[in-house]
Amino acid sequence: MPEKNSTSVKNLIEVSNVSKAFGDNHVLQGISLSINEGATVTVLGKSGAGKSVLLKIIVGLMEPDEGEVTYEGKTITRATDKELNEIRTNMGFLFQGGALFDSMTVGENLNKILQAHTDLSFEEREKRIRHSLQLVSLEDKLDEMPSSLSGGQKKRAGLARSIVLQPKLILYDEPTTGLDPITAGSIAELILTLQTELKVASIVVTHDLPTAFTISDEAIVLEGGKKIYDGPVEGLSTTHHDHLDEFLNAAKLDRSRRENIINKANQSHHLK
Amino acid sequence: MLEKIGGLAIFSGRFFKAVFQPPYETKELIKQTYEVGVRSVGLVAIVAIVIGAVLTMQSRPTMIKFGAEAFIPGMVAVSVLRELSPVLISVIVAGRVAAGIGAELGSMRVTEQIDAMEVAALNPFNYLVVTRVLACMIALPLLTVYADFLALFGSYIVQSVEAGMSGSLFYNTVMRSIEFADFGPGVIKTIFFGFIMGIVGCYEGYTSEGGTEGVGRSATDAVVVSSLLIIIADVLAVKLTVFFFDVN
Repeated sequence: MPEKNSTSVKNLIEVSNVSKAFGDNHVLQGISLSINEGATVTVLGKSGAGKSVLLKIIVGLMEPDEGEVTYEGKTITRATDKELNEIRTNMGFLFQGGALFDSMTVGENLNKILQAHTDLSFEEREKRIRHSLQLVSLEDKLDEMPSSLSGGQKKRAGLARSIVLQPKLILYDEPTTGLDPITAGSIAELILTLQTELKVASIVVTHDLPTAFTISDEAIVLEGGKKIYDGPVEGLSTTHHDHLDEFLNAAKLDRSRRENIINKANQSHHLK
Repeated sequence: MLEKIGGLAIFSGRFFKAVFQPPYETKELIKQTYEVGVRSVGLVAIVAIVIGAVLTMQSRPTMIKFGAEAFIPGMVAVSVLRELSPVLISVIVAGRVAAGIGAELGSMRVTEQIDAMEVAALNPFNYLVVTRVLACMIALPLLTVYADFLALFGSYIVQSVEAGMSGSLFYNTVMRSIEFADFGPGVIKTIFFGFIMGIVGCYEGYTSEGGTEGVGRSATDAVVVSSLLIIIADVLAVKLTVFFFDVN
């Protein structure tokens, strides 16, 4: 883990004016954001709001049509393969489904990365792998194949793989999607614990509000490819914007919404 | 179609660049060569024996009619070694291997495993594509040599049962009828057929899109395109063989 400078906070990622379109579909329009060392930013928005595309542009899996992304001042958008690989060893990425290499055991998934990027001995690698799996409470799954893991376990194993190189930044793509609320809560708790223990910066893409409130300091809300909110998480509930209100209301445990929908359906039925 | 040809050409160019660049994934290459080669042994054996036996059974009545029964082993050997074994085995193995590679890499693409390798700076092209294409280029010639022997063995069984021909007579007749130009070019061209099979399978899988439906399409296209290209490449290979080896 690199030494942290306690007096000044270093900027890790700078996204400047990034735009991306697929045909006529403008997924991102002039998005800018910056992440400092150790900070956690959540990118919220409806499905199809361009959250995952933003994450893929940050990590260099996609190229933006316009704009630039830099990591510690080094450009990602126009980097050569070699430069990009060097930058990527400082990043971890948790994919939606975990994206474990399914021809390898959980342990081999982690070992593959350590073998490729470190000169650690077999024993040291094993120690590191066990420690990473321990952090996500999966130390007993070391020799299991990914196909025998549950959805939540796959995400946790994916998370262990993302942290095994001790990165400075972890990007999470929908870490709690498709999980029951209890497992989702435990993943959120795990992310927060890792941030506190390892002091890594995080960018979390999600549409799960409880997760966002648990793990992040700052939030960005995307709607139709544009940023409609950028500020502290606490400010989400006090800021008023049509789409933001709709988004926040949809997540409330509120029976009145059900009654409104049923009344509306009954009315239209009577009109017929 | 043009888009696919262009894509395949660029993908092949990327392969030739990557094959000389580290990381060299030797362990994975050995594993893939085993997957392509050893796991095709049974299939190849059945096909090869049947080719030899059927060709002998089909040609016997005609050869006997022309009083050329003694030429059967030689004729079968030349047909099998020059053409039937290399091409048929390549097409059959392409059916198994190219579809397998297309489906495997296609699934890895749609489940974001290839992206995960990319993000972890693991050079997925070297790990997944270079190893598989090289494995096909190594395994296919070996399978062809193996098939050559078994096809001749199939022919011998028919000759032995139908005409009571002894093993030594069959062997001597075959050896008198063939030369390196009958055997060598047939094996060498399978290195190129192996390349076609591997690169098409990898290209289809690596560029797969559209979820599970896309994976199915990748597997099917991998077989269709690679079989077609192998047969087209064979025409060129025969032309080159005639030019360089002066076969007649």
